[in-house]
Amino acid sequence: MIYLDNSATTKPYPEVLETYKAVAEKYFANPSSLHGRGGEAERLLAQARTISGELLNVHSKEIVFTSGGTEGDNLAVKGTALYYQSRGKHLITTRVEHPAVFEAFAQLESLGFEVTYLPVDGNGQVSMEDLENSIRSDTTLVSMIHVNNETGTIQPVEEAGRLLSKFPKIQFHVDHVQGVTKVPLELKKAGIDLCTISAHKFHGPRGAGILYVREGANLLPLISGGSQEGGIRSGTENLPAIVAMAKALRLSLEASKGGIPKMKKLIGKLRDGLEGVGGVVFNTPQDHSAPHIANFSVEGVKPEVLIHALEQKDIYVSTKSACSSRESGASRVLLAAGIPEKRAEQAIRVSLSFENSKHDIEETVKALKDLIPELRKVGESA
Amino acid sequence: MMFDNIIIRYGELSLKGKNRNQFIDRLYTNVKRKLEGFEQIRVKRSFDRMYVRLNGQPYQPVIRKLQDVFGIQTLSVAVKTESELEAIQQGALAALHEVENVETFKVSAKRIDKQFPIHSQELNRVIGGYVLKNKEDIKVDVHRPDVDLRVEVKKEATYITGIEFPGAGGLPVGVGGKVMLMLSGGIDSPVAGFLTMKRGAEIEAVHFHSPPFTSERAKQKVTDICRELTNFGGRIRLHVIHFTPVQEAINEAIPDNYRMTIMRRMMLRIVQQLADKHGVLAAATGESLGQVASQTLESMNTINEVTNLPVLRPVLSMDKTEITAISKRIGTYDISIRPYEDCCTVFVPAAPKTKPNRERAGQFELNLKVDQLVKEAVENTEILDFKQSEQVEEDFQELF
Repeated sequence: MIYLDNSATTKPYPEVLETYKAVAEKYFANPSSLHGRGGEAERLLAQARTISGELLNVHSKEIVFTSGGTEGDNLAVKGTALYYQSRGKHLITTRVEHPAVFEAFAQLESLGFEVTYLPVDGNGQVSMEDLENSIRSDTTLVSMIHVNNETGTIQPVEEAGRLLSKFPKIQFHVDHVQGVTKVPLELKKAGIDLCTISAHKFHGPRGAGILYVREGANLLPLISGGSQEGGIRSGTENLPAIVAMAKALRLSLEASKGGIPKMKKLIGKLRDGLEGVGGVVFNTPQDHSAPHIANFSVEGVKPEVLIHALEQKDIYVSTKSACSSRESGASRVLLAAGIPEKRAEQAIRVSLSFENSKHDIEETVKALKDLIPELRKVGESA
Repeated sequence: MMFDNIIIRYGELSLKGKNRNQFIDRLYTNVKRKLEGFEQIRVKRSFDRMYVRLNGQPYQPVIRKLQDVFGIQTLSVAVKTESELEAIQQGALAALHEVENVETFKVSAKRIDKQFPIHSQELNRVIGGYVLKNKEDIKVDVHRPDVDLRVEVKKEATYITGIEFPGAGGLPVGVGGKVMLMLSGGIDSPVAGFLTMKRGAEIEAVHFHSPPFTSERAKQKVTDICRELTNFGGRIRLHVIHFTPVQEAINEAIPDNYRMTIMRRMMLRIVQQLADKHGVLAAATGESLGQVASQTLESMNTINEVTNLPVLRPVLSMDKTEITAISKRIGTYDISIRPYEDCCTVFVPAAPKTKPNRERAGQFELNLKVDQLVKEAVENTEILDFKQSEQVEEDFQELF
């Protein structure tokens, strides 16, 4: 199998699954229970928090465990907007957000909030000038995706953070789900107040994520209950997944040192390999993009057809993001970057992990070179 | 351009005459121990400073760790660039980007390599000009700048320094003997421990545990605090005293308004014995004068009678708000406020005597087998050792 859909989800590391099983088996008590077994589970949870904090270079009490990226994004966006609504009801985000952020803003609009959606240039990047110009006295939140899940474009979040540091009343949320372990980001230095990551994007289990909440930043909880996670996120902690996530984060960060340049090379190989293949246009910009994502369109070929054709050769890629790939039609993210509608409908996403090899890419290039001319012929005659 | 090394400047250390070498040795050991986790790093000492060679390791986490080491006055990062004007200018700009809230700066360039075509005065001008052009909200102030950027142009490379971070001050832990810290789990005693270590003393901690009246989680609080304090002290030994028999005896034999006083006297007696046994020269407590009933001068006078061990009270003169501020800064506050009762609160009577006296206390104690209770408590001590590198509890190690 050649798995090139790592932006949708990654294969959990075997060591991570071992941890998951061990914790589920041995430390099953509820961390809130008063007895010794509960105390043990509580200590393990605290340990996972400490380690996660160290790995992300933040304080452990700034770590809020969630169920994953969608929850983290929703909690950050809606929790902030609602908490600070007496201060103002104007929010800023971009046109190229993941649905978990985008739809949360749409919901807030229906509740009477006003949202500015920043446009992007041909590379898919927002401009700092636009950001600065959209700031108003009643703005309470800016939310920006770091690495775009469809194209891999990197937003200048550090610059945005620097700009926003002049506006201490505006909270800055970064959706770092695709970026973490692949595109380094120093949360403290970048002036970020809230940051979402998800375990299953870095070889961890499903059902666990982290929302970084800078000390002093406030949120209205979306899930009320037994006051776990400092009251920000109630619900009995998913201890096996949380501990396994901490392990996955450590292993991934260790692997990233050699893994990032390796993936960069492989993506370069893919680009070179597809150069001159009729109908192929890259949507991911050469510069300012993540090392693991390449998005391209194939003129005259329906992306679903290409995906299934590759699948027959045991190669797995995606159209746009897994979360919206069931809906047909053009990609909102690509349209925002000024890519024509036709091309935006034909996008294919290849996304790597540290585990992919040169052989994987060579095979994929070969398969695409064989398939594309054939499929285009069929497309023309149809 | 790269951040090449961190320069550690000593504080009071440089004043300490003959002991100087011993102090520097200790600081060197503490620094090395602190940085154990960073494999590429090398530490070098010289007469008036230490150098941490980063060898590619980002400096931020290293600085953060070193800011917990007592005996360091300031830390600064040095940027190394090629000795070419453009590289130097970019290096200076990058260095200034690293500091927060900098409004004014000046450049003090030194052309050590006289072959370099631009002389020092001119260098100041062209580097400063470049920064002004490329960084917003910054001005030159040659008299009292926030940052004095020192640029040394040598043949092989140029070094830019002046980006400073405050150190923890104080003296290196380990130069000042050992102190037994009485650790309840509350807000004050960890702060007392922190301040004791600041003056170079090593601490051992003693905790009085009374199961089932106090829970495992109350003890957990104390072990968590010890772990937190290892950030400053390196290693900490915790003596857990099984205190239930003593408390039960007190409850039986002593009228309730004197129970608190007698309990404290018993604790101090136990500490005295532990101190003798482990070569400890003083006790430290989190008592602050007049804060609660047991902390009136009358009470201290009565309690202190039972020992001739010096009892250090580093937070004695502080207000609660000051103590709380420190406890938040050193990371023990959130642990201390966990809602589990300790031995001081479980047995506290409705109306403790605020003005006890030595004579009455002594009389009441005639009804108590003081020596035997103390002896048994000391014999049953449980010892736990904490090291700062032990980030993960042993049982959990394989899981992470």
